[in-house]
Amino acid sequence: MQKEILIAGFGGQGVLFAGQVLAYAAMDLGREVTWIPSYGPEMRGGTANCTVVIADEEIGSPLVENPPAAILLNLPSYDKYEPLMQKGGVLVVNASMVDRGPKRADIITICVAANEIAEEIGDRKLTNMVAVGALLACLPEISLGALKAALKNHLPERHHKLLPSNYAALQRGYETALEQTGIAAGTGIR
Amino acid sequence: MFDIKKPENIIYQRPRAFTEVSTHYCPGCTHGVAHRLIAEVLDEMKLTEKTIGVAPVGCAVFAYNYFNTDFVEAAHGRAPAMATGIKRVMPDRFVFTYQGDGDLASIGMAEIMHAAGRGENITVIFINNAIYGMTGGQMAPTTLPGQKTTSSPRGRDVELQGYPLRMSEMIAKMDGASYVVRRSLHDPANIRKAKKAIRTAFEAQVHGLGFSMVELLSTCPTNWGITPVESLKWLEEHMIPVYPLVDCKVSSAVGDMRF
Amino acid sequence: MTKELIKGNVAMAEAAVRAGLEAYFGYPITPQTEVLEHLARRMPELGRAFVQAESEVAAINMVYGAACTGVRVMTTSSSPGVSLMQEGLSYIAGTEIPAVLINVMRGGPGLGNIAPAQSDYYQAVHGGGHGDYHPIVLAPSSVQEAIDLTVLSFDLAEKYRNLVFILADGSVGQMMEPAELPEMRPLIRKDWDWAVNGKGGKRERRILTSIYIDPPAEEQANYRMQKTWQTIQKNEVRYKEYYLDDAEYVVVGFGTAGRVALSAVRAMRHNGVKVGLLRPVALSPYPFEVIDELASRAKAFLVVEMNQGQMLSDVQLAVKGRVPVEFYGRPGGMVPFPEQILKELKRITSTDLKIVSDPRVAWLERMTA
Repeated sequence: MQKEILIAGFGGQGVLFAGQVLAYAAMDLGREVTWIPSYGPEMRGGTANCTVVIADEEIGSPLVENPPAAILLNLPSYDKYEPLMQKGGVLVVNASMVDRGPKRADIITICVAANEIAEEIGDRKLTNMVAVGALLACLPEISLGALKAALKNHLPERHHKLLPSNYAALQRGYETALEQTGIAAGTGIR
Repeated sequence: MFDIKKPENIIYQRPRAFTEVSTHYCPGCTHGVAHRLIAEVLDEMKLTEKTIGVAPVGCAVFAYNYFNTDFVEAAHGRAPAMATGIKRVMPDRFVFTYQGDGDLASIGMAEIMHAAGRGENITVIFINNAIYGMTGGQMAPTTLPGQKTTSSPRGRDVELQGYPLRMSEMIAKMDGASYVVRRSLHDPANIRKAKKAIRTAFEAQVHGLGFSMVELLSTCPTNWGITPVESLKWLEEHMIPVYPLVDCKVSSAVGDMRF
Repeated sequence: MTKELIKGNVAMAEAAVRAGLEAYFGYPITPQTEVLEHLARRMPELGRAFVQAESEVAAINMVYGAACTGVRVMTTSSSPGVSLMQEGLSYIAGTEIPAVLINVMRGGPGLGNIAPAQSDYYQAVHGGGHGDYHPIVLAPSSVQEAIDLTVLSFDLAEKYRNLVFILADGSVGQMMEPAELPEMRPLIRKDWDWAVNGKGGKRERRILTSIYIDPPAEEQANYRMQKTWQTIQKNEVRYKEYYLDDAEYVVVGFGTAGRVALSAVRAMRHNGVKVGLLRPVALSPYPFEVIDELASRAKAFLVVEMNQGQMLSDVQLAVKGRVPVEFYGRPGGMVPFPEQILKELKRITSTDLKIVSDPRVAWLERMTA
């Protein structure tokens, strides 16, 4: 088993942290995992991205040209990475930040108004967790429960007061994705 | 009859901080005087067993052969950085650098300024003879306006080659420097003053007061192209007006030291 | 100990601390700055020396000074900064004292960029500073390996009184992976018989220097250094093999390029093609004998690097023209994708290859077509 997840958006949208949370969850499940940020030329213009690879054996490349899973939080990253998605892949796009629908019919696209949902929960900073929750609906490798546990295990104690709102954000994203795709919870199968 | 061998009659001998070898310096060069003053102060302060010296690149490159202490040999200009590395891991050792004007004021400008800026608790003995000695008499940052060298054959033209750098005055401006003075080695009275300054600088380090430096105006008869005696006179008449013999910085803590 | 998700740069910094690092001198430069930042906090809290130097030139000379006293000392930088350190590295080599340098390489030449690259292979392995000397060069490809090699580097440096470089690329520095750090080692200040630390009333004075003004003495010093190097060559070759037992085609790559190649090699194996991977872990000394043996049974080699073909020269040296050696490189801060290496492997395993003296010619044509 190997699954690559690309996460991209503006700096400040919690792109790198979203990837780390996924990496922590994979690590706690005993998987091999790599997390690598873009810190090179792509950093300019305020976009950030990271790639998480989850596998059962020693991981080769930490990067992938055609990701099977992605979270894209803004329009520039949607435009850049949608065409690169692996056929049959899952793409979560932040509908709050893009003004167009999907161009690809051979992938599953989940449109989540992550900014609005985060604001409803009470903190705009939860945008990334809403999107992560949405991806989990289609990511059999990591369950929602495993991700919540990872947050609790690895968030420093002083931030634990933020756990309930993070859980709520994950839950809302997850449910939105299930409604939209008709996928059976936690299976990634429609 | 007067017995010169009786210990109570000995008034002058090789300092114990010296090794028993002859130096390689040219006749009339004042490096030997500067070395001796350092050795005498090391003896007086009983520092030889805990001293690590840092030799420069320049005429004093072999300084490590003459002092009976541990020594390392730095790259050109980097002695203050090397001394920093030593002092930071062995703060209870006594660490001094011995640097010429090409080493300290030219290639090693960054290292000396930042060592002073950090207030590194080291002592720098700075030999200013207004010329590059080892490479054969080229212009130094300290070369006087109009002074002829092999690389300023018509005399240092300030329009083209700039002005001499007064390192002690510059370094004295740094908050990390505790004691920065300029002395000269051109006559016995000034040599005595120079020794006192070296003692004060070493005491400043032993008292943990931060960066200390003694600039010593020195002669280079070989590359100046005049006799040793003429050199002493030239230093007095030409160098001192440009490089006044002053206390550029004596911090109050240094002023309060009793030794 | 349990594994933690840790960034390569932080992992190397903390591994050095736990291996007994007593002094660190460095200067900020991307993509290694997290090493300096981690140590800025850790070293003072442990009562150890940390100085942010005014330049890489000063940093390496501070390392030189501290190394003369016999303590475990390190500096870290990235390509342009390491160029500035070459003077000090040559002096340290000439003085025959231990010191550790981590180079988290970035794209060049010149100011280049801050993306991952491997273009300092020649500088580290074959040159760098002036004079004849050979650092030990270790190239991690994962965070765990970066930790293990950092710890090893201090032992090797002391064992041989030699420079040890960790040649990591930006990916290894910036990547996070689950990894296990070693236990904290108590600081033991060894009483080396060469260290300059003050006579202390116990011994004759010592001098540490790289100057041997009489050429015959310098010649003897060079013979001594060459002897040390030959011992290192015998003892310290390190590499990792993947699917090489029955391999007909051999990929050679180090660091990040090596692990990216692993993905492509696996894909070829999945298709039933007998491709294997040799990943040199020590770049200096280099596994010449391993490649020599592989060349006696392989049909062709593919060297994959994040540069214009530097390690390639060493592979060619070992293959000695017996079989074709092909090259795929991405210079300038580009990281190859497995798919691109896979494409190369498909080409190589399906065409009649010629033995050429410089595979870079055809490579450049393919890359710029």
